[in-house]
Amino acid sequence: MAIFNLTVNGKKTKVDVEPDMPLLWVVRDFVGLKGTKFGCGMAQCGACTVHVNGEATRSCQIPVSSLPKNAKITTIEGIGETQLHAVQQAWIDEQVPQCGYCQSGQIMSAVALLKSNPNPTDADIDTYMSGNLCRCGTYDRIRKGIHRAAESLKK
Amino acid sequence: MEHINTSRRSFIKAGSLTGVGLMVGLNTFAREKNPKKISHTNPKSAVFDLEINPFIIISTDGSIALINPRPDMGQGSTQAAPSLIAEELEVSLDKVKLIQSGGQEKYGSQQSGGSSTVRGLWNSLRKAGAAAKEMLIETAAKRWNASIADCYAQDGKIYLKNSDKSFTYGELVDDASKLQVPRNPKLKDPKDFKILGKYNKRLDVPERVTGKAVYGIDIEVPNMVYACMQHSPAIHGKIVSIDDSEALKVKGVLQVIKTKRPMPHRGADAVAVIATNWWAALKGRKALKVTWDNGDLAKTMSTDNYFTATYEAAKKEGIRYEEKGDFNAKFANAKQKLEVNYETPFLAHAPIEPECAVVHVKDDGTAEVWAHVQGPDGGLADVSRALGISKDKIKFNVPLLGGSFGRKAYHDYLNETCLLAKELKKPVKMIWTREDDITQGPYRPGMLSHMQGFVDNGKITGFHHHAIGESIVGQVFGGLAPDESDPWLSGEISTENSKYEFPVSKISWTNVKTEIPIVWWRSVYASNFGWGQECFIDELAQLAGKDPLQARLDLVKDARYRKVLETVAEKANWKEKLGAGQGKGIAVFASFGSISACCITVSKDGAGVKIDKVVSVLDCGYYVNPDHVKAQTEGNIVMGITAAIKGGITFTNGVCDQTNFHQYNVMRLNEAPKMEIHIIDSGENPGGVGEPGLPPIAPALGNAIFAATGKRIRKLPFDITNLG
Repeated sequence: MAIFNLTVNGKKTKVDVEPDMPLLWVVRDFVGLKGTKFGCGMAQCGACTVHVNGEATRSCQIPVSSLPKNAKITTIEGIGETQLHAVQQAWIDEQVPQCGYCQSGQIMSAVALLKSNPNPTDADIDTYMSGNLCRCGTYDRIRKGIHRAAESLKK
Repeated sequence: MEHINTSRRSFIKAGSLTGVGLMVGLNTFAREKNPKKISHTNPKSAVFDLEINPFIIISTDGSIALINPRPDMGQGSTQAAPSLIAEELEVSLDKVKLIQSGGQEKYGSQQSGGSSTVRGLWNSLRKAGAAAKEMLIETAAKRWNASIADCYAQDGKIYLKNSDKSFTYGELVDDASKLQVPRNPKLKDPKDFKILGKYNKRLDVPERVTGKAVYGIDIEVPNMVYACMQHSPAIHGKIVSIDDSEALKVKGVLQVIKTKRPMPHRGADAVAVIATNWWAALKGRKALKVTWDNGDLAKTMSTDNYFTATYEAAKKEGIRYEEKGDFNAKFANAKQKLEVNYETPFLAHAPIEPECAVVHVKDDGTAEVWAHVQGPDGGLADVSRALGISKDKIKFNVPLLGGSFGRKAYHDYLNETCLLAKELKKPVKMIWTREDDITQGPYRPGMLSHMQGFVDNGKITGFHHHAIGESIVGQVFGGLAPDESDPWLSGEISTENSKYEFPVSKISWTNVKTEIPIVWWRSVYASNFGWGQECFIDELAQLAGKDPLQARLDLVKDARYRKVLETVAEKANWKEKLGAGQGKGIAVFASFGSISACCITVSKDGAGVKIDKVVSVLDCGYYVNPDHVKAQTEGNIVMGITAAIKGGITFTNGVCDQTNFHQYNVMRLNEAPKMEIHIIDSGENPGGVGEPGLPPIAPALGNAIFAATGKRIRKLPFDITNLG
């Protein structure tokens, strides 16, 4: 076991875990933030997507020991703490989720997409979001949600 | 009615954990002779909760709780079921608390399955709401010395007409609960509905977009340990030996247990690695060395062998399910006839949340369970059997399901956790890996549709659908006699269901068995047999020289079916002139009490085609929320196309060839086509919504590809980018 100092959603926290433990399990079971989900364990489904220094990252593939020094980790719980993020609001307006299990990852990817590309086309969305699976089939609404969030962020 | 012995005041003072309730049956509304005390919903509050009937709890402080008896796996039952009560009770959903039922008998069937929530509860839950409303009105009328006709309910209050008087439900509930529960309360005229049939946002969406929603995998209990399973790669292999020396060296691993995976029809050997956290348990599992005796499984568990057997069966006469006229004689003499086979693969459900459960067997002989099952009533029964603890000593909690599609109504993973909990005597959280989910089944069975048909004078006059494959009724329930055709064909391909009025027809069945575990998957056999039925109708239409839409209309007199077909044709602009290399395909299928049709437009694209647009139409009778209906149909389009063009599950030498999403591909966002959904407001009795949209998708695609390219595809899945 080893002690790791992490900054998650702006809060400093200490965890005592094995160095090879993926960030996913550290965040869920040691930091106690369950919004980030396990889906496949091999970066195929995107349910575990978080931001590491602002970049969308599959947390099931990052051992806690390989995080960059002083990395800022943001999870679904950290993007709309005081007020819902425009993407979360758009997801409500478009009634995107069905079961909702994959949506933490979808939203974290969408937030990262809009940060790098505030005005994405359908093709941009298709490319960026293809790493996040939704078995309920909410894809059409995810596209609409991203366009809606992009509009609202411009205001 | 009978009461607690203490006065209400002393009851409140005592802060007792029990209240008194009217225990009434779901359908009869007959009062029990000796009402049982019910659990207080909030032990800390000093209010008196009254169970007006099992689905409604009104507190004297005015708060209202409604019970949702159908777990939510994404289909929207957390809105749909309570809406039925709230409509008649005249309360708005944003002002009530929702409680998920936990398997108790008083809630009746609690299985989310068979697209049954709204169609199954449409009358009973509305009656529950209406009965409570009548009791509250009667109480208010007595207090005002007014006639019942002068009182009305609105937004959680009873009002006296032409006055400024009103009572909240909380002010009335104590006296109201003493009244006889009306057996036949008056239900609202649908034209007066304020909630049902209207667009309403689901109130639990905010928690699903902020990470706050609690799914099965999110349950955490003090002193919990974690389990990761090692299953047999050949599913039914027997353990010869276990070397756990390396596993036990992994930091955090506590112990290794030889155990079982109890499936409904048989048990399989398994090993559990128990650890202080799940990552350690997984590492421990990877370090295990288990030797398996797989017997003949390499031969018997092969999808190639299975399908070979189904094609052999197609050459023989099946067991007759229904027949009109002498099909074989007419087919033998027909001048224009066709005989072909349509194949569908085994499929995994692959909900993104894998199978998991938390079970705690306590020292006092009771147990508590947290399991994302589709039906807590069946789940409770299974847990009781597995633990040997009576149902009344088990608390069954149902967190949200992160997808299911039929999978989480099969409780092997829950039984497995129970066996571990029994041994560990502390709470245990067991989580399957994605590899467990993909390689262990149960799967949708692969099936063959052997089709024969003939045409005469430009009309389809003879049709035979021979359904061939493993039976869910037979394998899962052991309920199919060797000389019996699968009874579930009735709601799938019987002509009573399809409404096709062929002059001569036959539906038959042959059971080809497999040891690959199977179970229902979204829309059950309809997801298999819709492919054969609807593509073959197109083939016969072509043989008859008929437009595929017209050929169907010629066979169907049923007005609802015709309306669905005509609507999809109109909305998809069926008759429009298409460009070169473009084609439209149509299909219709009824299942779970609803009728769905689909029209898909494709264009040639290199060696394959691309899907330009999908238009789906659904007649599901009355519905709760049009947006639910649309969302479910969108999901069915995605899942239906996935089932057609993405890889299925195959077994070679006893082992599943796919292990995770890199091999078991499902549709991604960049592949999702443009879609358009239309609901027909038929005002008929409610039908299903979660599944009926799926069966027409694959055949509409196959028919579109034929229209665009002249290639007739009969085997699923196929590569849409390269049709060969």
